[in-house]
Formats: sequence, C-alpha cells, structure tokens
Amino acid sequence: MTSTTIDDAPFIEPSTRERRNYLNDEYGVLSWLLTRDHKRIALLYLFSVTTFFIVGGIIAFMMRLELLTPEGDMFTSDTYNKLFTLHGVVMIFFFLIPAIPAVMGNFILPIMLGAKDLAFPKLNLLSWYIYMIGGTFGIIVIITGGVDTGWTFYTPFSTQYSNTKVFATTLGAFITGFSSILTGLNFLVTIHRMRAPGLTWYRLPLFVWSMYGTSVIIMLATPVLAITLVMLMVERVLRVGIFDPALGGDPVLYQHMFWFYSHPAVYIMVLPAMAVISECVAAFTRKKIFGYKFVAFSSLAIAFLSFLVWAHHLFVAGISIYSALIFSFLSMFVAVPSAIKVFNWTATMYKASVSWQTPMLYVMGFIGLFTIGGVTGLFLAALGVDVHVHDSYFVVAHFHYVMVGGTIMAYMAGIHYWWPKITGRMYPEWWGRLSALLVFVGFNLTFFPQFLVGYVGMPRRYHAYAPEFQVLNVLSTAGATVLAVGYLLPIIYLTWSVKFGRKAGANPWGAVGLEWATTSPPPKENFHETPVVTWEAYDYPAFLKAMKETQDV
Amino acid sequence: MNDFPLFPESASSVAPLVDGLYLALVAITGSVSLLIWIVIFYFAIKYRRRPDNELAQEQEPPAALEMTWIVLPTIIFMGIFVAGAVVFFRMSRTPANAIEVYATGRQWMWKFQHASGQREINALHVPVGRPVKITLASEDVIHSLWFPAFRVKTDVLPNRFRTMWFEATKTGRYHIFCAEYCGTMHSGMIGWVEVMEPVEYQRWLAGGSEGSLASQGEKLFEKYACNTCHTNTSGARGPNLAGLFGKTRQLTNGSQVVADENYIRESILNPQAKIAAGFQPLMPTFQGQVNEDDLIRLLAYVRTIGVDQPVSTPVESAQSAQQSSGAPTTTGATTSTAPAATTGATGTQPAATTTNQ
Repeated sequence: MTSTTIDDAPFIEPSTRERRNYLNDEYGVLSWLLTRDHKRIALLYLFSVTTFFIVGGIIAFMMRLELLTPEGDMFTSDTYNKLFTLHGVVMIFFFLIPAIPAVMGNFILPIMLGAKDLAFPKLNLLSWYIYMIGGTFGIIVIITGGVDTGWTFYTPFSTQYSNTKVFATTLGAFITGFSSILTGLNFLVTIHRMRAPGLTWYRLPLFVWSMYGTSVIIMLATPVLAITLVMLMVERVLRVGIFDPALGGDPVLYQHMFWFYSHPAVYIMVLPAMAVISECVAAFTRKKIFGYKFVAFSSLAIAFLSFLVWAHHLFVAGISIYSALIFSFLSMFVAVPSAIKVFNWTATMYKASVSWQTPMLYVMGFIGLFTIGGVTGLFLAALGVDVHVHDSYFVVAHFHYVMVGGTIMAYMAGIHYWWPKITGRMYPEWWGRLSALLVFVGFNLTFFPQFLVGYVGMPRRYHAYAPEFQVLNVLSTAGATVLAVGYLLPIIYLTWSVKFGRKAGANPWGAVGLEWATTSPPPKENFHETPVVTWEAYDYPAFLKAMKETQDV
Repeated sequence: MNDFPLFPESASSVAPLVDGLYLALVAITGSVSLLIWIVIFYFAIKYRRRPDNELAQEQEPPAALEMTWIVLPTIIFMGIFVAGAVVFFRMSRTPANAIEVYATGRQWMWKFQHASGQREINALHVPVGRPVKITLASEDVIHSLWFPAFRVKTDVLPNRFRTMWFEATKTGRYHIFCAEYCGTMHSGMIGWVEVMEPVEYQRWLAGGSEGSLASQGEKLFEKYACNTCHTNTSGARGPNLAGLFGKTRQLTNGSQVVADENYIRESILNPQAKIAAGFQPLMPTFQGQVNEDDLIRLLAYVRTIGVDQPVSTPVESAQSAQQSSGAPTTTGATTSTAPAATTGATGTQPAATTTNQ
C-alpha cells in the first residue's frame, strides 16, 4: 500500500447520486423541525447546545469580572448568587450532559454501526423537543429574575428560604432529564439491534462502547434525579416535609439523593468525552488503540463504579466516619479505569504516525488536563485532605479540569474531527490550531490558580473575598479572557467554513470507521449500500483494503 | 504572611498532617502527570507523521504493561486512601480534655458561646495549645464552619448537633468562613478566630458574662418546668438525668442508646422518639418553643447534672489538662492567674449540684 491511498484523496467530481445528501435532500423550516433523520436532529441539538454554551459562557465571564476585586462592587450579592447558579444549571443540564451524546452520538453512532438511523427516530425527535421545553424553562427563569440556590439546590435553602424561581428551574431540569433518558434508550436499543453485518461487539469502535456505558448510566441515574426534584418541588409548593427539618424532614437525605444522580452524571459528561478521544487517538495516530478490550471494559467499569461513590460529596456533611471511610475507599477504585484509559491512549502513540492537526492538539490537551482533573480527584477522595478543601476553590478547579479540560476539550476535538463529515467542508487548519492553543493556555491560566487559592482557603460561591486572594483571582480572570477568545474563534471560523471551507472528500483524515466509508456529507440513508464489516476495530490495512474493493466494484 | 500567600498559614495540631499528605499527593500525582506529558510529547514529536510513516508501524508495546498500569495505580490509590483515613481519624477523635464551645450558624452570622457564658458574634477566642471542641447547630439552612488555618471544616445542620475540634498551635488571628452556600450574604458570613496565650485567654474569659451556660440552662430547665418531672425522687414521671450524659441508656423497645448531644436534643424536640425504659410517653414536644440558643443552654446544663465537677468549665478543664499533660511553657503562667478565674466560674456550680439532691 502506498501513502497516496490514505492521503487526502484529490477531490473527484461526485456522481449525481453522491451529490444528494442529508442537507440538500429536503428544504424548508418544517423539513428540519419535523425531521426524523438522526443527522438533522444532531444539528438541531448542535445549534441549541451551542446557544446554551454561549449563554453559560457569558455568565461565567460576568462572574470572573466581579471577582477581579475582593469587594463585591460590580453586582449585588443576590445577582452574583444568581449568576453562579445559572452558570451551573445552564452548563450542566443544558450543555455538558446533552452535548456529546446528543450532537456527536446522534450524528455518528448510527453511521458507525452501519445503520440507516437510530432505532426510534420519532422518539429521537421527541427528545429534542423535550430538551427544548426544559431549556425554555431555563431561559424563562433567566429573563424573569433568576434563581439563587446553586445548581445543587441544597435543602432546606431551596425549599424554604430562597425567594427565587426554584420551581421553574427544577421543573426545567426535571423535563430535560427525560430527553436524556430517551436518547440513552435509543442508543442502547440501536447498539444491540442495528449493527451492520459482520460488526461484532469487539469490532465496535470504542466510541460505541463508551456511549453504551453512558446510556446505561443515563437510564439508571436520571430517574433518581427526577424523583429527587419532584420531592423538592412537592416540599416547596405543598409544604410536605421530606428534607426540611422544620417539617420533619432530613436535609442530608436530599444530598444523598441528589448525588446518587449527580455523581454518575459526572460520568454522563466524561464517558462521551472518552468516546471521542478514543476515536481521535486512533485516527490521528493511524493505529489500533492499545489494549482495545481494556479500554472498552473500563467504560463499563466506570458506569458500574460511578453508582457506588456518591457520598464522597458528603464527607463533612454529617455522615458517620465509617460511611465516609467506605465511600473514600470505593472512590479510589473509580479512578482506576480512567487511569487505564489514559495509559492506553498514551501507549497507542508509541511508534505511531502522529498528526499535529487540530483534533489531535485537542486530544493532547485533553489527556494533559484530564489527568490533572483526575489526580486532583484523588486529593478529594482522600478523607484528610477533603475536610480542608471541600467547598473551596480547589473543588471548583478540580471539576472544571474534568468538565472543561476534559469534556469540552473532547467536544472541540470531536467537532473538528467530524466537521468534514457533518458539513462536507474542511475548517481552516491554522485557525483551528491557534484556537486549540488559546483554549489550552487560557484554560490553565483560568483554573490552575484556583487550585492554589482554594488550598489557601478561599471558599467557593463567594461574592466578596479576603484581599490576600486577589492576585490569583486576577490571573484567573485574565485566563478567562484568553479562553473566551479561544472559544469564539471556532464559532466564527466553523460557521465561515460551511460556505467557504475547502470541500472534503469521504475520508479527509485517512481514518478508519464506517463513517469514513460513506460520502461527506452522508446521504439521508447514510450508506448507498448496506456496508459489510470485515475488519477488526481500527485495523487500518484491512479497512483500506475493504474500501479499495468497494470502490473497484 | 505576605499579601500574596500561595500556601495557607498552618496553625493547628492537624494542619501539618493535612499539609504533609497534601504535599505528598502533589509530589506523587505531579510526577506521574509530568511523566505522562513527557511521554506524550516525546511520542508526538518522535513519531510525527512524515512521508515514510503515513501509516503506523503497528508495533504494539508489550502487553505486560497493561497489568502494570492496572495494578500499580490501584496500589498507590489504596495507599492514598489509608493515609487520608489516618489523618481523618485524627481529626474525628475529639480529645477528652477539650474546652467546650458552642456555635450557632444563622443567615448570615456565627454566634459563639463559651461554657462560662461569654458570647461573641463572628469572632471566637481560644487559647493556644488546648483542644477546643465546638458543638454546632444551625437556626435555618445548612452552613459550614471552616477554619482554613486549622484545616478543619464541618457542615452545620438545622436538625441536629454536629461537633468538631481543633487545637491551635500558634497565636494569631485567622479567618473563619462559611463554606456551605447559605443565601444572599453567604460571603459575608465570616469572622476571625483569635488564638491567645492562655494567660490572656483567662483574662478575656474573666471579663463579664451573664453566668455560665449551664446556669443559664438551669434557669430554662425551671422555666419550661422540666424539673417537675425530671426529679431525682423515686416514682418521678420523668427519668432521672443525674450523670446521664455520655452513658448508655435502656429504652422501652429493648434497644440501647448513648445519651449524647443529639439524644438530648431529640428528647427535648421529639420526646416520643425514644422512651427510656420504665417510663410512660408523657412528655410533650418542645419543638418550636425552644430555640437553638436555648437548646445549647439546656444541653450545657444537662451535661452538668449529677457531675460533681462540671465537665465543661473551660478554666477547670484547662487547668486539669495542663497539669496532666504538663504543657511546658505555659503552665507557670496559667496557674498564677487561674485561681481568680476559677472562683469566677465555680460561683455557678452550687446551683448545678443542688438541683439533683
């Protein structure tokens, strides 16, 4: 095999059949709003989650501006409290949780399986509408005065003391949960029932394994969130005592129930990121992922273990020291499968053909930042250290390294990687690399100082703070400015590239996978003929041979 | 400390342990992370895509690596768990000779009460070199009392007492923060803890108060007519409370319970929950009548009933502790001022002892 076969093939004028794709198959607003095509639904999600990301980002930036000075001089305390609450609610419920599964999972998963669509296309569209209804509640809350409980809605503050829009916000989160559940259900059934001929479980791309783990968590954990939020709303509105001690309830019970969902939810956000990273590592090293089965099963291990660690959020909240001991012990184990993945991705690069294109830069950024996010999780799982750093900026830095340094880096990697497949156009490479660099530098400048200021003693959710914390906060705000530019650039150049980008061939990266075996953008039914899989996952020579044979036919 | 600290002041007996563990974790995880980054960049540069390696050479690293990086991290993580647990146990076990202080959190202030009766708001005075135990309650939402310089923190709950302790090792003025978000002025729910030389602390304690907490509690005990049933006579309608605190008590349902802070609290607010063996469920609830401050006073009193030496008088215990532990530098200074302070505090004791006779 010569190098030209895997190089970006020169653009060949496609036949009429190939010119018809999912984007130009139908026109008109209704053809989008009533579509059952998983690719179009993925784009509906892309626009919606990007909008929420921008909203959440602007709110974050306003907070960083307030924190430039120790005094609370830019907003009132109430406004600041609403800002960090809305930032959390918008970013977690309306961006991070749906982002990768609903955009990339929706678009790529059926194509990876060689399927025409997800198992339940109407349910898929319904899930977007449910998401939008939940999101509308979020927007209404922002417009009509906001909410100030923190995204965690801790009782009895949320049920008894807060005078803000708690009911509407929790209702929005409650409704959005059903959208996740439907997506998870759809993925599970699709992965079980709709794989192409020859696509056995161990031939599945690791993206699919991770999405499988994600879907399991979504299906099992989200109903618990729904139950918890209903109980919260019942207590707030009907004054039925569940969590509020004044009514005979127990406030710590709420924390148990909330984190029973919300800790697994961390993995609802992280597992899809790992899914994207596995694909990008294979594509940009042109190599089989080292330890395929270990990476695959580590996804399932994470899905299982994520349910056994919730009370590590409660070490100082009033649980007994023996339950603290057990949950600290179990929390240590959940770090093992994540470590396995990081080591395997790294080992894959050994004697590989490593490209320095934008998605790979994001991948390297991801591994670096996610590693910091992961190991600082060990600090928090270690009881003696957690007592000091719990509810400090150390925690804020930790979960931003996981959520932003992990999930959003992976999201950016995936968007750039599959952009040519989604739009049929290439993004401008140098702009891509510049933005990846800005995001990496800006991110570290924003969040690394927060580890330091947290250990020194700055509590989270503070509108005003002690003067000795100022220098680190100014650094953090400076970093946020760089980060904002890093995120704005892709929004601009990706939009630009839809019309002006270089046309992409079917497989511009020379990557392995069924999504690269169809045209860019794919036809409405994804493949012109049902593909037959004859190669193991990420087996470059076998895949390229199979592609050559199909072309020759 | 300068204006730009990168590391917090270390001023308690557990702080060096926490810092030691923290720095060890920084060293271990830092070097592993650094190793991963170096390897990634080394591979990314060494095996960068060139015309002669358009396709990977498909040479796998040895498979034994896989087991290595499953087993090795697991062992390291277990080590971290054990180290964290050891420090945590040190933090959790309150020394027996600790001074008793009571704290109440409310939107948005901290109220501290000393056993001798002094009350302060958003400020706390403690002696250096003596364990201090704080019994915590909240009047409204969940708060969290954090002393960054002492590396300890405990959430304060509205439905039960929590306790925490520290032993300051350095005099000075350190931050008190509320660490659990509690509403509008959460970031204003802050204060200062003043760690003083024992001599100065005694002097501070001697400065005016309305009588010890226990004596205030005793007045409440009469006001709420607790003493009409909880007498020491046989055939009394309520159980005898003398010497009760800290003892194991038999219940009518056959189970046993330790009479700790939360048992006393529950017996006042929800007396039907646990009925002492041999008694009828006659006691009415005081939920909504007794506020958190009064609960603390009643608790302070109940602790002293039937105890010849009040357990929680700071001066008393401060002295006995220093004699038993023989704290080297401060003993001489303390004993010289102690007698005066002791008489002040013991003035309230007769009341406590007469009640149960």
